[in-house]
Amino acid sequence: MSESLFDRIGGEAAVDASVELFYRKVLADHRINRFFNNVDMEKQIAKQKAFFTMAFGGPNTYTGQDMRDAHVRLVKMGLDDSHFDAVMEHLGATLVELKVPADLIAEAAAIAESTRADVLGK
Amino acid sequence: MRSFHLVQKDKLETGKLFHARSLGLLNPHSIEPEFTMTRLKIAENNYSCEPEETVLDALLRQDVDISYACQKGTCQSCIARCTDGTPPVQSQSGLKDTLRSQNYFLSCLCVPEQDMTIRLPDQSELFSEGVVIVNEMLNRNTILLKVECQDILEYKAGQFVNLQRKDGLTRSYSIANTPEESKALEFHIRRLPGGQFSEWVHDVIKVGDTLAVSEPKGHCFYIPERKQEGILLVGTGSGLAPLAGILTDALSHGHTGPIHLFHGSREKEDLYRIDEMRALTEKHKNFSYTPCISGENVPEGFKHGRVNTVALAEVSDLKGWRVFLCGHPDMINQMKTQVFLKGASIADIYTDAFIVSTEQGK
Repeated sequence: MSESLFDRIGGEAAVDASVELFYRKVLADHRINRFFNNVDMEKQIAKQKAFFTMAFGGPNTYTGQDMRDAHVRLVKMGLDDSHFDAVMEHLGATLVELKVPADLIAEAAAIAESTRADVLGK
Repeated sequence: MRSFHLVQKDKLETGKLFHARSLGLLNPHSIEPEFTMTRLKIAENNYSCEPEETVLDALLRQDVDISYACQKGTCQSCIARCTDGTPPVQSQSGLKDTLRSQNYFLSCLCVPEQDMTIRLPDQSELFSEGVVIVNEMLNRNTILLKVECQDILEYKAGQFVNLQRKDGLTRSYSIANTPEESKALEFHIRRLPGGQFSEWVHDVIKVGDTLAVSEPKGHCFYIPERKQEGILLVGTGSGLAPLAGILTDALSHGHTGPIHLFHGSREKEDLYRIDEMRALTEKHKNFSYTPCISGENVPEGFKHGRVNTVALAEVSDLKGWRVFLCGHPDMINQMKTQVFLKGASIADIYTDAFIVSTEQGK
């Protein structure tokens, strides 16, 4: 049986390594960091961890409806495709920085991409 | 395309995935737990835990009221403390080092290896009696209160306790000393205009009076590990209390990495222990102290500006550093993001929000 993407990418250790790198990029990006103002950093990191676990195809309990509900407030603030693209860019850059093989990055990106409609409330 | 609508996988499998892969190197088959039933003790009650069952599942099955949410170690809402030993390593995944060292664990990730005695966070707190042995002013608005408490011997500088007056009025204050320095607990209590508790401490309380003291809590303290790495201490006003204690703890453990303390206030008269800190910089070459004043009148030897701005301008890369932020909530919130962006890991950023509860309780 073939190993899951989550296992091939390095499991929870890979998630841990990615999350802070990624979140620094996001917070430093003026296109999107206003969506992260006034949020509790620790809770936000925990959410990013769940996001990465999901993007790596790992165990998670999130549904499309959860994604919709969680982003309603941000959509009202003007969250759109350009912001989603920026986040995808940071996801890719983070994994490149961690030297994850390109084919695995593509798989993870495809999973993250599949949330676009839910995140943007479309 | 893969569907994003994933359902929760079987718990056992989830647990294994996380545990086995957490180190990346382990062969998942080498850490199979033994299949035995264990016993969980909470206060006077005993509960059973089936082989391979998590503490959370076991307690929920037996109708114990425990808070939880994600059930996979992310939200940390099911945190509990083991009081008779060390919990399994994987159940402490993602917790701060200071919580690990106190045997806190996540009950949703914990498959017990042996019987465990557990304390849930919402169990009512125990108070013991303390006697005031010193009350003297540190500056024009902050009092040093030393309370001797026979029952509280184990604590860390930087943790906090709840102090309670006889009528039940309760406030949280940080501990400013290590148990090695002095048997009594030391607090720095700033007078807040209209603050019921602080006015009582300043105007009424005297040596010999008693008050109730809760068990020490919180995870803002020094652990004698990674001694060669840097420590950044940033505080405003009486936020110096936990920082001074953490500093003493680090120095007495022979911390060799740089330790930078930035203490700020509006006016010089609101700072304190300035000479003491300067003397410490003479004694310890790795320690530096920068008193900051945000108001207009800035004497020589002080930096002009808000303490967080000054501190950020003077440190560059915080990778590997531990950061302790104590004092004004706005300063803490801004700094948390800024030090994270400068490379500090979120697990290494410790904050003390005691002023929030004090101000709310005006």
